Amino acid sequence: MRVRLVDIAHARSGDKGDTANVGVIALRPEWYALLVRELTVDRVTAHFRGMIDGAVVRYELPNLHALNFLLHGALDGGGTLSLKTDAQGKVYSTALLRLVLDVPDDEAARLALPAAPAARGVA
Amino acid sequence: MTKVVKVASGQGFWGDSLDAPRQQVEGGPVDYLMLDYLAEVTMSILQKQKERDPSMGYARDFVGAMESVLTAVTTRGVKVVANAGGVNPQGCADAILALADRTGTRGALRIGVVTGDDLLPRLDELLGAGHELRNMDTDEPLATIRDRVLSANAYIGSTPIVEALAQGANVVITGRSTDTALTMAPLRHEFGWGGDDWDRLAAGIVAGHILECGAQCSGGNCLHDWRDIPDLATVGYPIAEATADGSFTITKHPGTGGRVSVPSVTEQLVYEMGDPTAYITPDVIADFTSIRLEAAGENRVRVHGITGRAATPFLKVSIAYRAGWKAVGTLVYVWPDALEKAQLADRVLRERLDRLALRFDTILTEFVGASATHGALAGDGSQAPEIQLRIGVRGQDRAMVERFTRELAPLVLNGPPSVTGFAGGRPKVEEIVAYWPALVDKRAVTTAVTVRS
Repeated sequence: MRVRLVDIAHARSGDKGDTANVGVIALRPEWYALLVRELTVDRVTAHFRGMIDGAVVRYELPNLHALNFLLHGALDGGGTLSLKTDAQGKVYSTALLRLVLDVPDDEAARLALPAAPAARGVA
Repeated sequence: MTKVVKVASGQGFWGDSLDAPRQQVEGGPVDYLMLDYLAEVTMSILQKQKERDPSMGYARDFVGAMESVLTAVTTRGVKVVANAGGVNPQGCADAILALADRTGTRGALRIGVVTGDDLLPRLDELLGAGHELRNMDTDEPLATIRDRVLSANAYIGSTPIVEALAQGANVVITGRSTDTALTMAPLRHEFGWGGDDWDRLAAGIVAGHILECGAQCSGGNCLHDWRDIPDLATVGYPIAEATADGSFTITKHPGTGGRVSVPSVTEQLVYEMGDPTAYITPDVIADFTSIRLEAAGENRVRVHGITGRAATPFLKVSIAYRAGWKAVGTLVYVWPDALEKAQLADRVLRERLDRLALRFDTILTEFVGASATHGALAGDGSQAPEIQLRIGVRGQDRAMVERFTRELAPLVLNGPPSVTGFAGGRPKVEEIVAYWPALVDKRAVTTAVTVRS
């Protein structure tokens, strides 16, 4: 089953120099393990290909049911140097939430995951 | 009865709500009002103001904020801790003492002033003594940009603020204190936490991190359930109610809007986070993976379980330096084929810049409404009813950036059709003040506290 990340997590992002951070938080504690398994560094790196120049680093916060991603080279130099609208990385949060996951049907049913609406869709 | 200390956040950055400080002291009982005014680039702006007028260089909004809470401070014992001093904490104290004279309250004010963070006058001495102040991101030594430095400040911790409070200050003004120390120091003072009581110091830092962005933990900028967060027009700013064991509850005054919930606090905890196991401050390294949150009633979240460990032997130094010029301009292109027209305009403009032999370090084009913030993830944008073409340049030659700003408006008449939204006039040329983070040995920085009344 296709599951939109935006339906199972919320997020906030910010900046440190030319690095954006995205904290992504499971909407239910029981969905956290799915995030840990699916939101790999490789997956997130591929998602942001063309948008960031540097590496992706991931940290786990099981206590908050959250993952923290550092996106290096995301802000055109960052701070006052940056020419970007989103110079401080405030909306990389929802950019990450555009991800769509493929989850086995039985697992999706067990976790009561919301299915991606067919018409609204996929990124 | 267990002693509870209430620290209220009344300002998340310079430019935040002018009414929040007063609302925080009038909405219910609080012990401390914490006001955070400084962002990474703020110090260089203040340094420029001080160069023009030596009595300036602090966050002037703070004078109005103090005026709005003066009665609470002088008659109800609320204490204020603020990093409003910028690059001139004594000048900031002068302004508050002048306010006290005007209002006849001077006898009731004791202003603690923390200095020593400003390294600009000492920069050559430090470099001469072998402190290279290498850029933490690029590893380049400061010598490469020394002649362009505008400001240099060490992030200092809670200790001098605690000293000021111990000397009886009821208003503490600092320069570049860490944002988190403004909350932690009052708790350390009230509960007598030692300088090596790592878990409790870390708890104070976590409370500070939650409070330092004002309403961003109490419903503001909250993605979780955003449609149903009540009354953002009257959003309540956060309050930490702390006890001596290091646990605390985040809440807000009754009757205010917004929402304090586990999700709203969690969003703020992950904001601007690096390695969560090592949140480094001058006082302590806090472990954000130790934080436990639980709902504790309406608009109340209990925070506990926090651990920390010994701080590093370094202080972070925030250095601002001149790094060229930039300008950004916009035009709005409209249906039909809004995006295609904007793309054509971008090509036309770039060709003209090229024909004028203008050279820039960077030219960046965004199509706002199609792909400005989410890039290709946002889809193709071809059916958008309108698209804002946003184009910026930066370079080392001010005249070239200036000439770029003259090339945008002509497109209205001599470029692609269905264009509007140019009422703002020519883009403004701005000097770029870039940020240079570095580390310095703690022993090289000495803070001082004076209490003025």
